[in-house]
Amino acid sequence: MMRSQKTNGPKMSDASIHASAIREDDASFGDYFALLKPRVMSLVVFTALVGLLAAPVSVHPVVGFCAILFIAIGGGASGALNMWWDADIDKVMKRTKGRPIPAGKIEAGEALGLGLALSGLSVIMLALASNILAGAFLAFTIFFYVVVYTMWLKRATPQNIVIGGAAGAFPPVIGWIAATGSMSVEPWLMFALTFMWTPPHFWALALFMRNDYDDAGVPMLTVTHGRRTTRVHILIYTVLLALLAVGTAFSNIGGPVYLAVSLVMNALFLHGAWRILRRDEADSEGDNFKAERRFFKLSLLYLFLHFGAILAEALLKPFGLGGW
Amino acid sequence: MSFKPQHELHQRRFGRNLGVGLSLGAFVLLVLALTIVKVTSTDFKFPQIQTEEQN
Repeated sequence: MMRSQKTNGPKMSDASIHASAIREDDASFGDYFALLKPRVMSLVVFTALVGLLAAPVSVHPVVGFCAILFIAIGGGASGALNMWWDADIDKVMKRTKGRPIPAGKIEAGEALGLGLALSGLSVIMLALASNILAGAFLAFTIFFYVVVYTMWLKRATPQNIVIGGAAGAFPPVIGWIAATGSMSVEPWLMFALTFMWTPPHFWALALFMRNDYDDAGVPMLTVTHGRRTTRVHILIYTVLLALLAVGTAFSNIGGPVYLAVSLVMNALFLHGAWRILRRDEADSEGDNFKAERRFFKLSLLYLFLHFGAILAEALLKPFGLGGW
Repeated sequence: MSFKPQHELHQRRFGRNLGVGLSLGAFVLLVLALTIVKVTSTDFKFPQIQTEEQN
């Protein structure tokens, strides 16, 4: 938009810059960083770190740091590719219209270039820093998020969040593989925890963002099956998640600390889901979706504390504590 | 005599260039650190030695 103004406008010289020739929204370094979805990246960093530290082997700190960094960059790269593909719907939704591409700060092609370059860099560097299996898993995760979720499922099925949630659940598995070079049951329990957590988390968001997904034509459950069905689905997934989360306490990555945290958080989460189920649209609009917003915030704390408890169990083990 | 204050556009571009420069510098240092860790680890072998062992 502004780019054409820059090329077609009056010629600039160092001595005098014509005010109309300046691209007022010229991207800053921070805008490029925003393409990497830093908030999502922080979740990726944390869960991958837990996966790496919960593994029953010691990793050199530099290797561990590199592994987490390149997993994070891989996650960021898939975020940039997601913004490139979804630029058309991002500018329609209130939640996303401030992103660098719809805001006119960065061209979609720049996001594509950055995403592809960082994808290649992160996969190769993770494979070199840790092992090829970890690199391959990171490549698969980027492919899954960008091609399977963003390009295919997101606009095709109300199950988009359910299946696409797998992409966000892979980082602890990659962290574990980066440390051990192999797979076992434990990282898949962490995968399952994030996988089952994603639907209620996003459906709560879809409830209080109301018309956003509707306007963008994204077939979220709220749009295709109605808001009542979404409330029921949130409770069903929360019950299944609670069974899985508490059950994980009795695995090798669990222990008394994890069990205590999990029991409290799942009781709160179930209570929140039950409250959402009991409300109708009039109740929700009456208090501006207070319960739904609270449930969404609680979901962030829920995941953080569960992975924090897994980390605590792993860190206590060298002192003869942690685990059963 | 005083210079004209730098235009905000140039400040923003300087910030962007500085960010890219620092990121590349950090990447170089990271690769260096990783290389040192890898070659000083106990299970490291130079490729020629591995080839000789295979023969």
